[in-house]
Amino acid sequence: MSNKKLYLILGCVFIAYTVLLTVAPAFAQDATEAEYRAFPKIGSRNAAWIAAQLHLLFGSFILGVPMFAVIIEFIGWKTKDMRYDRMAQEFIKLCMGAFSTTALLGGVLVFILIWCYPKVMTKLSGIFGPTMIFYVILFFGETFTLYLYSYGWDKMQGRHKGWHLFLGVLLNVFGTAIMFVSNAWLSYQTSPATQYGVLSEGRRKSWIEEKLAADPALTPETAMEGVTSHTMVPLHNETTGEFMGTVWDAVNNFTWMPVNIHRLVGNIAFGGSIVAAYAAFRFLVAKTKEDKAHYDWMGYTGNFIALCGLIPLPFLGYWLGREIYMFNNTMGINMMGSLFSWLFIIQAVMIGVLFIGANYYLWSGMGRIEGAEIYARYRPYMITVIIICVAIWMTPRTLSKISTASELSAMGGANHPHLGLFGLMTAKNTAVNIIILTTFLSFLFYRRSGKIPTASWKKIGNIGISALFFLATVSIVVIGIVGFTVPTDLRVNILTPYQVLVALAVMAIVTIVDIFMYRKATTSGTIKWGEMTDRSQYVLILVAITFTSLMGLMGYARSGLREAWHIFGVMQDTSPDAFTPLLSEAVNMVAIIMVAFFALVGFIFWLGLWGEKKKEEKAATPEAAVTAEGDD
Amino acid sequence: MKKLSLFTICLIVLVGSWVVLRFAIGGIVSVPIPGSVIAMYMGLIIIAILVHISVEDSLFREFLRPIRETLVEDRRQVRRRVIAVLIPLFLLGYTYSIIAQRANPPGSPRDAHPSPPLELTYKDEVIGTMQDVVNPFRHYEKDDPEAFKAHVENGRRVYYQNCFYCHGDHLDGQGHFAPHLQPLPANFQDPGIIPNFQEAFFFWRIAKGGPGLPAAGTPWDSAMPIWENHLTKDEIWDVILFLSEYTGYQFRTFGEAH
Repeated sequence: MSNKKLYLILGCVFIAYTVLLTVAPAFAQDATEAEYRAFPKIGSRNAAWIAAQLHLLFGSFILGVPMFAVIIEFIGWKTKDMRYDRMAQEFIKLCMGAFSTTALLGGVLVFILIWCYPKVMTKLSGIFGPTMIFYVILFFGETFTLYLYSYGWDKMQGRHKGWHLFLGVLLNVFGTAIMFVSNAWLSYQTSPATQYGVLSEGRRKSWIEEKLAADPALTPETAMEGVTSHTMVPLHNETTGEFMGTVWDAVNNFTWMPVNIHRLVGNIAFGGSIVAAYAAFRFLVAKTKEDKAHYDWMGYTGNFIALCGLIPLPFLGYWLGREIYMFNNTMGINMMGSLFSWLFIIQAVMIGVLFIGANYYLWSGMGRIEGAEIYARYRPYMITVIIICVAIWMTPRTLSKISTASELSAMGGANHPHLGLFGLMTAKNTAVNIIILTTFLSFLFYRRSGKIPTASWKKIGNIGISALFFLATVSIVVIGIVGFTVPTDLRVNILTPYQVLVALAVMAIVTIVDIFMYRKATTSGTIKWGEMTDRSQYVLILVAITFTSLMGLMGYARSGLREAWHIFGVMQDTSPDAFTPLLSEAVNMVAIIMVAFFALVGFIFWLGLWGEKKKEEKAATPEAAVTAEGDD
Repeated sequence: MKKLSLFTICLIVLVGSWVVLRFAIGGIVSVPIPGSVIAMYMGLIIIAILVHISVEDSLFREFLRPIRETLVEDRRQVRRRVIAVLIPLFLLGYTYSIIAQRANPPGSPRDAHPSPPLELTYKDEVIGTMQDVVNPFRHYEKDDPEAFKAHVENGRRVYYQNCFYCHGDHLDGQGHFAPHLQPLPANFQDPGIIPNFQEAFFFWRIAKGGPGLPAAGTPWDSAMPIWENHLTKDEIWDVILFLSEYTGYQFRTFGEAH
């Protein structure tokens, strides 16, 4: 036996022994019906946390990638440029590798939950049983569609391409539906209530009966005083805790749709960033110019997709936050002003990293375009704007935890009289909108690099675009300043959406004008694909790592907001883990999960590469050459 | 005039930013900025500089040029010696500044906005859920302005009899007891205080005071008394009306804005 084999066997025995020792205490536990069972060594919550977060990260990747793969495939089909088709196929290959791991992690999560939290799972499955069957059907649908879509790629070229694209769309429909179903379970745990206006008739009646029973002085008429279609109605009997609604009531709970939309767009951004990181890695190890050029292009596409997803994400997160406040004020204060408030400072730092990273990559990319030099002079100003806005975004409102007593005394309280204003949402929203507009400007410069417009109205067009940017910035800042003086309701429901609309409108109008202005543009130079700096590739990897960590941290916030409740206000967590972990513990846990995720993703991608390499080696052998000649 | 090198420009930007934050903004324009916040901003400025110099290879080389020259070229021997003396001196000064400073206790680790309970109570009486309770006299603002005015006036009386010692004549947290309290009393003139909270939150903070802060908000070190032991329920609601009337800020509500 060779030494290599011997080490392999010894390694396997060691791992098996370690696993056996780790799980052994579990077998010693009482096998009777229990409310909770302890997961050995790391505890039930940590076990569920790791499995859930890893499952979510993989799920996000496999749901996000097909969305843009099918769009890229469509572009390739319409433009008849096979490079797009090949890239879309490569994306789906990455997806295939991760698909089974996602399912595997989902299985692990379910086993952990059933074993460690049997009572909670009984309660949830009692409410959501029908949706679980639906989930299984959707899962089969998604699996087979993905197989058909991936394995049928080469076969369904030419006249079958339309059908292949249809399969891609179907795959996304199944994937999105699966996510919506599972989001219902977790969002229900956070907000087991819905608005009176969209409630089932049965729950409306039972709720009014509950009110009448609780207060004999009420009449059916007086019980309805103050009730509007927006009034929040719990889905459980407020005394007994019994579930009183329909399955749809539970699914259509208050935070379900904000979570759905936030995750849907987040998946695109995350998928794009992972693909870009993969391309960056391949770029860094590529040996030929062709490979470098290909992976440079792939990295650019991935970053572009991530950026497209990233731009609306802060607004969607804001909407989710607003809905959490609407559902429960205490939960909202816990999130933004109390227990989890420092988490949002970390979030600001990380989103700052994402935007700075994405801009850095675009600016680096302009280095490989001849004729892009003319835009370099604007770069220092754009960096300054972004950095100032990130500084505003990450300035905490309350500084008591990071100041000394004498500093607090000098400030006259826990809030700095001037910088403290940056801690309020109106300032932060303003900063985010300006960052987004600046990032869009970076992209515009990138798009224009190496092109000379020939439209006769180009001068007026450029003046118009500049004026639009200027007016939009002034409007966003003015709205932000007005936001300090108006009631919160007005700011949250009207001013902030206006700010967002201004930014979105400018991006839409400028894009349209720019497309027409550069429609018949001549080129001043070509894009030298493959001539990117290595630094820019490390930035792509950093962006993917930041996305992953950010998702982990926000997952902690979303789940932790329930505090000591499995189902908020309905089913209390009485397990030994019923406490909110410290932010430092959460950060450590997220870091472990992030490393595990990249280790798994790296392994899956390496497996794919390994197979590819073997195929290439086989194709390069003399026998294969003879066969190939024979085939001709 | 000789053109400044990129390295020198970056150094000027870095040092200049620190001077502006430390002495101009945190001195002339406003009150001093905590060291941790300045450190955070300086970190961002360093990132901005690194981004700028590393985007293009040519800029990166230009930035590194004086460093390389200083380290390897003979004509830069004097500069090298000066730096070799300056770096240890800087470290010495920095270490001295850390060790030699007076004992400076940390600020309060308490949450600024402790999370309220789900149910609002006055003594042992449950008023309702924190989400749903509204000021019972708020509707007079539209329905009966005279009655509303009377409640506000009563709130004014309650405030100046009980609260102004700490929260100040102008509700700005500058009462004559304030300098001796840590944390300092709330400044209701700050745009981030009243508009961010419902009236029910204020009722809870007034009624329960410092000792009523939740476990998650520990260590409670607020000097706020338990006002439900001294004020009636209506007096607390009245003083809340007065706070918003005096400052002009409206409390947070959760309806759809029109």
